[in-house]
Amino acid sequence: MTAQSIQRDSGRSALDTIRHGLSLTPEFRKGLAGTLALAVVATVGKIIVPIAVQQTIDTGLKDGVPDLSYITSAVLVCAAAVVLTAIAGYVMNVRLYKATESSLATLRVRGFRHVHDLSVLTQNTERRGALVSRVTNDIDQISTFMQWGGLMVIVAFGQLFVATVLMFVYSWQLTLLVWACFIPLMIALPRFQRLLSRAYTVVRERTGDMLAAISESVVGAAVIRAYASERRTAERIGTAVNANRSAQVRAQTIVGFVFPLTEIVAAVAIAGIVLLGVRLGLSGEITQGELVAFLFLVTLFVSPLQTATEVLNEAQNAVAGWRRILGVLDTPPDVADPGEKGVELPRGPISVAFEDVHFSYPGGPPVLREVTLVIPPRSRVAVVGETGSGKTTFAKLLTRLMDPGSGRVTIDGHDLRHVRFSSLRERIVMVPQDGFLFDGTLEENVRYGKPSAAREEIELALTELGLADWLEGLPAGLDTPVGQRGESLSAGERQLVALARAYLADPDLLLLDEATSAVDPATEVRLARALEGVTRGRTAISIAHRLSTAENADEVLVFDAGRLVQRGPHADLVNEQGVYADLHASWISAAHS
Amino acid sequence: MASKVTSAVMRQGLRVLGVAIRTEKAVFALAVLASAVYGGMTVASSWALGWATQHVLLPSFAQGRVASGALWTGVFLIIGTALLKAFGVAGRRILAGVMQYRMQARSRRDVTRQYLRLPLSWHHRHPTGQLLSNASADAEAAWAPLAPLPMAVGVVVMLVTAAIAMIFTDLVLAVVGFLIFPAIAVLNLVYQRRLSPLATRAQQLRAEVSEIAHESFDGALVVKTLGREDLETERFLRRAHELRDANIAVGRVRGLFDPMLEALPTIGVLAVLAVGALRLSGGSIVVGDLIQVAYLFTLLAFPIRALGWVLAELPRSVVGWERVQAVLEATGSMEYGSVDHGAATASSAPAALEVRGVSYRYGEAEVLHDVTFDVPAGRTVALVGPTGSGKSTLVQLLVRLVDPDAGQVLLDGVDLRELAYGGVAQSVALVPQQTFLFDDTVRGNIALGQESADEDVWDALRLAQADGFVARLSDGLGARVGERGATLSGGQRQRLALARAIVRRPRVLVLDDATSSVDPQVEARILYGLRDAAETSTVVVVAYRLATIALADEVVYLDHGRVVDRGTHEELLARCQGYRNLVTAYEREEAERAAIDVLAEDEEVLAGEEEGVSA
Repeated sequence: MTAQSIQRDSGRSALDTIRHGLSLTPEFRKGLAGTLALAVVATVGKIIVPIAVQQTIDTGLKDGVPDLSYITSAVLVCAAAVVLTAIAGYVMNVRLYKATESSLATLRVRGFRHVHDLSVLTQNTERRGALVSRVTNDIDQISTFMQWGGLMVIVAFGQLFVATVLMFVYSWQLTLLVWACFIPLMIALPRFQRLLSRAYTVVRERTGDMLAAISESVVGAAVIRAYASERRTAERIGTAVNANRSAQVRAQTIVGFVFPLTEIVAAVAIAGIVLLGVRLGLSGEITQGELVAFLFLVTLFVSPLQTATEVLNEAQNAVAGWRRILGVLDTPPDVADPGEKGVELPRGPISVAFEDVHFSYPGGPPVLREVTLVIPPRSRVAVVGETGSGKTTFAKLLTRLMDPGSGRVTIDGHDLRHVRFSSLRERIVMVPQDGFLFDGTLEENVRYGKPSAAREEIELALTELGLADWLEGLPAGLDTPVGQRGESLSAGERQLVALARAYLADPDLLLLDEATSAVDPATEVRLARALEGVTRGRTAISIAHRLSTAENADEVLVFDAGRLVQRGPHADLVNEQGVYADLHASWISAAHS
Repeated sequence: MASKVTSAVMRQGLRVLGVAIRTEKAVFALAVLASAVYGGMTVASSWALGWATQHVLLPSFAQGRVASGALWTGVFLIIGTALLKAFGVAGRRILAGVMQYRMQARSRRDVTRQYLRLPLSWHHRHPTGQLLSNASADAEAAWAPLAPLPMAVGVVVMLVTAAIAMIFTDLVLAVVGFLIFPAIAVLNLVYQRRLSPLATRAQQLRAEVSEIAHESFDGALVVKTLGREDLETERFLRRAHELRDANIAVGRVRGLFDPMLEALPTIGVLAVLAVGALRLSGGSIVVGDLIQVAYLFTLLAFPIRALGWVLAELPRSVVGWERVQAVLEATGSMEYGSVDHGAATASSAPAALEVRGVSYRYGEAEVLHDVTFDVPAGRTVALVGPTGSGKSTLVQLLVRLVDPDAGQVLLDGVDLRELAYGGVAQSVALVPQQTFLFDDTVRGNIALGQESADEDVWDALRLAQADGFVARLSDGLGARVGERGATLSGGQRQRLALARAIVRRPRVLVLDDATSSVDPQVEARILYGLRDAAETSTVVVVAYRLATIALADEVVYLDHGRVVDRGTHEELLARCQGYRNLVTAYEREEAERAAIDVLAEDEEVLAGEEEGVSA
């Protein structure tokens, strides 16, 4: 089978990425035109000051005698315009935040759901942390850009545009001069941005290294002390911390040099305006008010260009964020739910059949070959074999965590691929070896198997599994917090909770993948006996690591190097020559040596 | 909450800034100098413009000719002030960064050094996540206000200079400035105060959203096998929507204050024009003065916000600093004696271990009570007991990860507490239950800084049954194992941890259920190998499996923190019921099952008969 990996990015061009991204976020597009119109109004506020200055000097102060009534009315009109643009700014901001946050929340939840819909195999092609980033940091990057950088781009373009228009009205010669000063800077900016982007990449890498080094001093506390390697660890951390600091200072230095460049260019432009302006004034091509207004208009070029490197950087990050989240959404689930069209199975004991099933992991050798078998309803089956013989793959195919490369798996005669997930997951439950628990109480974790279960039902389930004594020994009983990933409990206790959770789900087929391997022998025996009672009448399959599980099964399936090599009751197999007899011998010797 | 304790927080925050200033005196002084240049030159640049207007622009329009001397002076002033200002900006930004990142790095080194110094019992009392964030997020937050600090100081210089400049230009125009600038500063303060709790909440929710995603993806197998995707999506959606609402709340405040902060200086300029016109008509000022003040307003509007940034960061900084400080001030460390055990005996002969009347408690609960036993040199002792009987705690005492509350642990008759630092590690090697690997090479993980020849490392790997898979790694001993050994299986990691202990040829080897993830067949090979090689070691092993126990010369059976019995396996089987119950559970089960099966068959027969009756 060819399980695909999650696409690192969607492989789309920047423009296509944004277009596709926007098509997934209708909340953002709705009302966008209105928001942009308001942004334009808000931007116009920036040229009020230069206009007011020009009007005051040219009309209000004509002939050296201030025309007070004209100046007063001009100032009042301008003030009203300022208030208006501020209100436009407020409404625009609120609309922008609402639209971006709503659309990104939708995208976030969609991405989250899609990750869960991907097969285990696809999920495992990426580290957990990276997967989490797709629905957290990557989305946050887009949101920062939309609310700050994207807005800055609009404001900057608007600001440069209205400033240029006004400048042109006053004097085309000076306008050309100002642009001539700023264009080299604009050409150089993308270069600076690349420099900065590289510097930030180094910072991110160094920060990752540093956090990893720091975590060793905490997570490895016992080993570090037992081997007296405090000094070595301190040195490793010191190196990582200092490397991170140097990278940060370097990035800051680049910003520190680029940022003031704009100030210098602006000063050159102003000096140029003064030099050229007075000459234009002599020939009557510009009034003194217009010339002074130019000095103010140049300042409108400064802030857009000062922030441009950072905005460009964020734009790049945002597009990368879009690409990564689209990369998830563009990865189709290869083990897909047939949904409404699928078969809904009636409740009752389950039969399973494998028909010439083959499987290999992507790029790997075959791990299951020509597996054909039938497990009748109500039977108790043990699956045995050495590590790597294909036992766990068999379990994953049976629960449709993966699909076979060829051949088919059926339950009650239906191809698993045609069974609706809701029906499948209700009737077949697997308990994996690693009993993963969620941060919460023990009760909450058991209830995960059946969300509607009352507390009494949960207590009853634990009692039926013979775990009442263990529960009583816990400090807060059912209310005991299990900690992150259940780490407040021992590995064995986590397995007990995972088992109770699966049992509460009340499946018709229970599949245990070495589900009690970390439990102490006395408890394990008690549990095995209880399970036997409660699974009576259901189909039960155990991947076994102990002799007694195999001995007590109706039938033993023996796997070796991906093939089903033997099957039958323990009593028959143990007397046959073959893999099972060898395994049996090694178990016996391990137990009695 | 944030607003109630503000003055206390401010005082504390300023004290934190004081610490940084004292630590990085030179950098801070230079940064402030650069920032003062920036502040002074900002005002000077507006003055230069006013001068150019008054002495170059207006005369040339009035007189119809350009005074070349004044013109070039104007150009020189404009470019000169801009160059100095740019120099100030660059210096301020770079030096502020240097100061901030140095302080962060210093805190991080200090905190982690403290982690390494504090005893393991301290680590047990603090959750991992908290300790990690103390060293990363809190160390960062503590020094975050240092980034805008020099700029804020520069702004103060700027304001004072501007005030003086305005007073000298015209008192009435200065009054407009004295109304507008404090208004901007106060508005910004109100802004930051309103924003700060909302931003903190959004930050908190962002962390929670991330936590849910992390946990949910980590538990993907459980989610899938139980078909709980809808439930998980619902859980994530609720928090994601809370985050959305929190972000929108932040946006509302930003949306309200940002346009106001933009509008206020513009209103100021308009006021200057109106008032200035009056003053002009009275002849109190010239046009150049008016332009200078108006320009000053335009230039000052933005930097004045820096004061608010510093104040806004202070509460977060105080919290971060206090958390870092709590770690740095934590007391209690392991005291070491002066006995150099390795050198004193100068041998690699097996050592004797003695546990004498040892008790240990975690908080209220006593987990070990008056435990006494000894392990003669060269012997193998198995510690056996049910889950929670205190085995792992006892193991930690044996290698002095923790010290007993009462009693002693003696190595060749010397109390472990009397040994010099590193003395225990030199003689005793522990393989813990939870394997821990460093993000390092296989060689680095096994040698852990000790000089080991490659042959010795391979020998150790061979004994730990790890030579096969290490040889298959692309770089062999040089292969990196990734963060916490993520690239290896549980069994492989356990075998590397075992090799790490073996390569030291320890005089005492302590195994705490160290082969639980290894196949029984492989485990058997490891144990036989160890028994042959262990002639040079004393071995203490925690185990459930009979195969492991069978290797021991003696068994110590623990229950509820007490030694219930000790003796050979056979002796304990014969006389200790608890022990018998535990280690023979599987065999007894087989025997009992035979009886149960008979009963069950009877029941089925009965059930069949009943069905027959009802049918």
